[in-house]
Amino acid sequence: MRAFKGISLPHSRSICFILLLLSLEWQAGAQDWVRTGTNLGAARIRLAAADFNPSSADPQTPALKNTFDTTLYSDLNNAGIFDMVSKSMAPPLTPASPQQMNLAAWAAAPANASMVAFGSFAASGGRLAVYGWLFDAKNPESPQILGKQYNEAASQDNARLIAHRFADEIITRLGGGIPGIAETHIYYVAARGGNKEIWQMDYDGQGAHPVTHLGTISLSPRVSPNNDRVAFASLGKMGWSIRMFSLVLGRGVSFSSPVGTTLSPAWSSDGAKLAFSAARSGDPEIFTSDANGGNLKQVTTFKGPDVSPTWNPKTNAQIAWCSGRTGLPQIYLMDSDGTSVQRLTDGGYATSPSWSPNGQFLAFAWNRKYGPGAPGGQDIYIMDIASKRWTQLTHDEGRQDFPSWSPDGRHIVFQREKGGGSEIWTMLSDGTEQHRLTQSSGNSMPNWSWK
Amino acid sequence: MRTLHVRHFASLIAVATLTLAAGCHKKAVGGGGGAPADSITPGGGAVLAWKTSDATDISIDGIGTVNAYGTQNVQPTDSTTYHLVARGPGGSTDATARLTVTAPAAPPQSTGETMDEQMFEQNVKPAFFDYDSYDVRPDAQTILAQDASFLAAHPTLKVVVGGYCDDRGSAEYNLALGENRANAAKQALVNGGIAPDRVRTVSYGKEKQFCSQANEQCWQLNRRAGFSLDR
Repeated sequence: MRAFKGISLPHSRSICFILLLLSLEWQAGAQDWVRTGTNLGAARIRLAAADFNPSSADPQTPALKNTFDTTLYSDLNNAGIFDMVSKSMAPPLTPASPQQMNLAAWAAAPANASMVAFGSFAASGGRLAVYGWLFDAKNPESPQILGKQYNEAASQDNARLIAHRFADEIITRLGGGIPGIAETHIYYVAARGGNKEIWQMDYDGQGAHPVTHLGTISLSPRVSPNNDRVAFASLGKMGWSIRMFSLVLGRGVSFSSPVGTTLSPAWSSDGAKLAFSAARSGDPEIFTSDANGGNLKQVTTFKGPDVSPTWNPKTNAQIAWCSGRTGLPQIYLMDSDGTSVQRLTDGGYATSPSWSPNGQFLAFAWNRKYGPGAPGGQDIYIMDIASKRWTQLTHDEGRQDFPSWSPDGRHIVFQREKGGGSEIWTMLSDGTEQHRLTQSSGNSMPNWSWK
Repeated sequence: MRTLHVRHFASLIAVATLTLAAGCHKKAVGGGGGAPADSITPGGGAVLAWKTSDATDISIDGIGTVNAYGTQNVQPTDSTTYHLVARGPGGSTDATARLTVTAPAAPPQSTGETMDEQMFEQNVKPAFFDYDSYDVRPDAQTILAQDASFLAAHPTLKVVVGGYCDDRGSAEYNLALGENRANAAKQALVNGGIAPDRVRTVSYGKEKQFCSQANEQCWQLNRRAGFSLDR
């Protein structure tokens, strides 16, 4: 819309009308560049997920199958690329195998499914045996797209896990080869009893549990690209340092954090480097180091707060970060050696950048009319880095911060403070389909795993 | 004579010094200056002397507008910090001088081991900051000069400076800003003659709040550099 600000409108109704049409078209275009860049631009596929056939009489089967059916439907619905056939529109059929599949019943109204996921689910002798298929309802001659088989110990966790795996197979196959995110995790900060610990949950909010038990304030968790470690900032007797927790060993491992307040770690996408803020000489600056803290290099030299770095995951040759060098914090971009500094935001209060997996966007928190006592929201925005065009994703829903991209680039997890509480929410990266993942209040700073 | 440039301006800067003479010895005290505080016993008096240049408007808190040069006899009953502000075409500067009135029955100051928290808190006060700023304001400069004087008089004490922010804005950014605030306060103490290795900084960002209401009064209380004993 800003493009038209410089044009003085002639006092002619017809010309004004044309300009209005043009501006509406431009607005529609703004939506397109987001949807295309976030892999959400393709037409959604009409997909049905049948309840699986309970193929054993084991008393464990119904409860576990219910978890499986619910999780599978939810994963496919969350994917952002399907127009799901609601359970009430679906035929009351539970085909256990391709032989029992009546495709015409699913392709017909009211389901109108283009694709159908179905199969059998059995608990037996303490094991789960699941067979799942994906059929193309528009190709009855040769309908099978996927056939998968799963066998795990019988438990609620494994019922969810199998559903996540099968959902990810379907999403990868139908979503342009981009792997699904149903098996990913979210790390976050949970305030409990005066302390803040690092917690982990599944991408859908299930299975939340603490990772650290340090009895202090730990913040800014960032999981390594191969899921083996979580870096975070922790308050110790001598102040803030970066600490490292091994998810493989289940305990803290060494990281040589610089002397002085050290904050906000960020992994390079190859897992070889960290960037962080360190106040070694009293002024917080961006530094980089190897994954063990060695090979420390100071990258910025601006007086004032410099914090919250994020690497360009496509190249690891650029870092965006948040700097207060000119007053209120703004988002800046530089080469990872500190050269070619440019400012990306043009005012307000902008913090917490997160670089999209495809390298195209930054998500960040921005309060564009921020000032002492000023009303207005701190919302999540994304910016196309090349053009500096931005779009607002959240509106009028309290104070949001700390966006973090899902590995498929289709989702953003963020912190929303509203009515005194702070919770973790997700949304599609065009701002739609927002839903809450945590319920207990005091949850903040989410970080989405890389896979 | 020490001079203090509180803020750095590109052009002509007003320069000010404020000096105290108590008893028969005379010491120069700039704002945050390095010399130990002058002291008098109750009923005693001292001479406050000041000198400015390139300033058009000079005032001393509690005395009012004054000339570019001058002296004033003072006889305070309690310890007092005199604060001079000089404004000129290039900006403003200020200077402070601290006159300590020693209590007649005061026991000799002991070492850090027996310093209790209450006495520390009464004498080493927090410095407050503007919104999203780590610039030391004139009022904070005064406080920090007093803090430095106290620490100079108790050379075995070590302190932690905590940097705090109000709860608006972003948690990570506020931790960095809090570090800048703590460091600005530390720098003021160092300028006041305190050895850097006696002062450690910790940022609390918006993680620890002194006041929890959403109003400016509360936010101001939370934007501070506060001190505690480093044991």
